[in-house]
Amino acid sequence: MKVALFVPCYIDQFYPQVAIATLELLEKLKVSVHFPERQTCCGQPMANSGFEHLTQPCNDLFIENFSGYDYIVSPSGSCVLHIKDHLHGNETEAAAIRSRTYELTEFLTDVLQVKQLDATFSHKVGLHQSCHGQRGLKIAQMSELVAPGFSKSESLLKMVRGVELISLNRKDECCGFGGTFCVSEEAVSAKMGKDRVTDHLQHGADYITGSDMSCLMHLEGILKRQKSAVKVVHIAEILNA
Amino acid sequence: MISGKNFEDVNETKEHKSHADLAERFNRDEDRVNWHDKTLWFIREKRDKAAWQLPDWEKLRETASQIKHNVLSNLYDYLLAFEKNAQTNGATVHWASTPEEHNQIVHSIIQKHGVTNIVKSKSMLTEECHMNDYLQARGINVVDTDLGERIVQLAGEPPSHIVLPCIHWKKEEIGELFSEHLGTPKGNADPQFLTAAARQHLREKFMTSKLAITGVNFAVAETGEFVVCTNEGNADLGVQLADVHIACMGIEKIIPQRKHLGVFLRLLARSATGQPITTYSSHFKKPRPGQELHIVLLDNGRSERLGSEDFRNALKCIRCGACFNTCPVYRRSGGHSYHNAVAGPIGSILAPGLDMKHYADLPFASTLCGSCSNVCPVKIDIHDQLYKWRQVIVQQGYAPGGKKIAMQGMTAVLSDPNIFRRAGAFGRWIMRYLPFLVNNPLNPWYKQRNMPEAPAQSFRKWYSKNRKNHG
Repeated sequence: MKVALFVPCYIDQFYPQVAIATLELLEKLKVSVHFPERQTCCGQPMANSGFEHLTQPCNDLFIENFSGYDYIVSPSGSCVLHIKDHLHGNETEAAAIRSRTYELTEFLTDVLQVKQLDATFSHKVGLHQSCHGQRGLKIAQMSELVAPGFSKSESLLKMVRGVELISLNRKDECCGFGGTFCVSEEAVSAKMGKDRVTDHLQHGADYITGSDMSCLMHLEGILKRQKSAVKVVHIAEILNA
Repeated sequence: MISGKNFEDVNETKEHKSHADLAERFNRDEDRVNWHDKTLWFIREKRDKAAWQLPDWEKLRETASQIKHNVLSNLYDYLLAFEKNAQTNGATVHWASTPEEHNQIVHSIIQKHGVTNIVKSKSMLTEECHMNDYLQARGINVVDTDLGERIVQLAGEPPSHIVLPCIHWKKEEIGELFSEHLGTPKGNADPQFLTAAARQHLREKFMTSKLAITGVNFAVAETGEFVVCTNEGNADLGVQLADVHIACMGIEKIIPQRKHLGVFLRLLARSATGQPITTYSSHFKKPRPGQELHIVLLDNGRSERLGSEDFRNALKCIRCGACFNTCPVYRRSGGHSYHNAVAGPIGSILAPGLDMKHYADLPFASTLCGSCSNVCPVKIDIHDQLYKWRQVIVQQGYAPGGKKIAMQGMTAVLSDPNIFRRAGAFGRWIMRYLPFLVNNPLNPWYKQRNMPEAPAQSFRKWYSKNRKNHG
C-alpha cells in the first residue's frame, strides 16, 4: 500500500507537530508513508474566495505530487474536501486522486478499520466537528438530518485511554473560521469563535480537539487572547499520544 | 426614539454598506447579538424536534425537492394551466415581468375601485417589489396586518426575516413602539397585552378596508386555486371583509396538484417554526358573489434564473426561513445586514441574480458550513450556490481590487514549491523576531485573536532531517 501524506500549507508552516503526529500514527499502524516534498497548497484559499480560475497551477502541482499513490491522507477535512470537489486538470489523474484522497480519521476508520489504539490522553476533551469534515465528507452525522448518529472522530477518541469527552450545547455549530471569511467578516467570525470557545469552556474542557487545524487555529487565537489555560490539540496528536 | 434600536442601520442599508460593515455594527452590542442568536437557535431546535417526529422526514424533503424539480422543468405549461383554471374560477390573472409592472398593476386595480385604505397580509413578494412605498407615494395607505410586519412597518423598517419579520425586536422595545403609535401605557411589555392592543388597532383597519392584498404560498396548477398560510388568520379576515382581493405571487410558487399540498404543508411550518402546521392554511379558489379576485404573477428575473443550471434550484424555495435560523452568520449579523428584502443564505443566492454589483458582498457572508443546504425542506444546494456565485462575481469583475492582487500574489507563492518554502521560512522568521509586524491593528485577525506561534522549523524541514533517508 503506497500512501502519500498531504500536509496542508499552514500545517507545514505553523503546526508541524500535527503532521509529525499524523506520520507517526500511521507508521505505528504499519503504514509506509511518503511525503512528496514539492507539495504546497490545495488551492482552497483562492477558490473559496471566488478565484478558482487562478488555481490551475496549484492543481497541476498537486497532481504532479500525488499521482500514482494508492491513498493520499491528510490531517484536514477542509483541504481534502476541496481536492475531492475541485481538483481538475489531467482528468484521468485528477479523478484517481479525488477518489483516493482521505481525511485522516476516515482513512483510519474506513480503510485501516482501526479497532484499537495504544494511546493515552488523560484529559477532558471537547470535540469540534468541523463543517467541511462533517457535512462535506460525512465524517460525522450532522444535527440537521433526521438520521442515525455516528462520528468517526468520536469513535477513535473513545479508543484512547483517559480521554473524557465532554458534551456541548451545540454539537456541530460552525466555529466561524471560514477561510478568508475570518478577516473579511472579522466581527462575525470572531464572535462565532468566541461562542464556540464558550460552549467548550462551560462544559469543562481542558483541550479542544478536531480534525481541522484551521478551525483550531482560530479557536486557539481566541483562547490565547482570553488568556485561557485551555489548549487546542489536533486529533492526530491525541491518537498518537 | 426607541431605546436600544438603531434606526441608522436601516438608513445606511439604503446607502449600501457591505454585509461585513453592517454586521460589524450589529456586533458592537454583544448582548443583543447573544440574544438574537439564542432566539433563533431556539427556533432551529424547535424545528429539529418537529422534524424528528416524522420518521419519513428525509423522504418528505426528497419528495418535495423532486416535485419542485418537476415544476421547474415544466413551468411554462403549469403556469398556463394555472392561468386557465384560475380564469375559469372567475379570477383575473395579471402577468408582470418587473417590480414596476407589478406595482402598476396593483395600483391600477386600487384606482379602479377608488380605494385609499388597504390591508395586506404577509407577502415577501410585495417587499421584493417595494410595493408599500410605491403605493404610499401615490396616496394609498397600506396597513400590514401580520403582527410582526405591522411592528416593523410602524418602526419604518423592512422585515429582518422572511417568516419572523420583527425577530430583531425585544418585547420591551415593542412596548415602547406601541406606546408611541397605539397609545398603550408606557412601560407595559406584556406580550399578551400588546397583542390584544394590536388586535384592536388592526380590527378597525380590517373593518374599513375595501381591498385586501395577500401573498401566495402555493398555487395549484390543476385547480387554479391557491393557499395562503398564516398563524394569525389575518389573510382570511382581510379577504372576507373586502370587495376586492389581490393575490401577489412569484411564478415559482406553482405546485402541480392539490394532493402535493400534503407534502409541502407538512414541511413548511415544521421547517419554519417547528409547528406541525400553520394555524390557518387558507384555500382561495373563487371570488364570492360580488367580489373581485385578481392574481398578479411576477417574473423579476425568475425566468432568467430558470435558464441557469447552476442557480435554477434556488427557485424551489418555499420561503420557510429555516436556513436563516440555522445560519451561524445570520444569527450573529441580523437580517438588515443583508440589505435585501430576503436576507440569510437563500437571500444571498437570490439577490446577486437581481443586481450582481449591488449584492456582490452577500455570497461572501458565509463560512460555507453547509448547514443551510441540510435544513432546507426542498434540498436547495445553497452553500454550493454561494461558492458558485463567488466565482461568477469575481469573474464579472465585482471583487475588490485589493483582494484580486492579494489572490494573485497568493497563487504565485502557493503554486511554486521553492517560493513557498522561502516565503514560509521568511514569514515564520518575521513572526518570531519582529512580531509587531503582524500583531498590530492593521491585521484584522489580530483584533480579537492572537496569531499562531511560529515554530522554528516547518514540517518539511523536520521531514528532511528525520525521515528522508528512512523511507
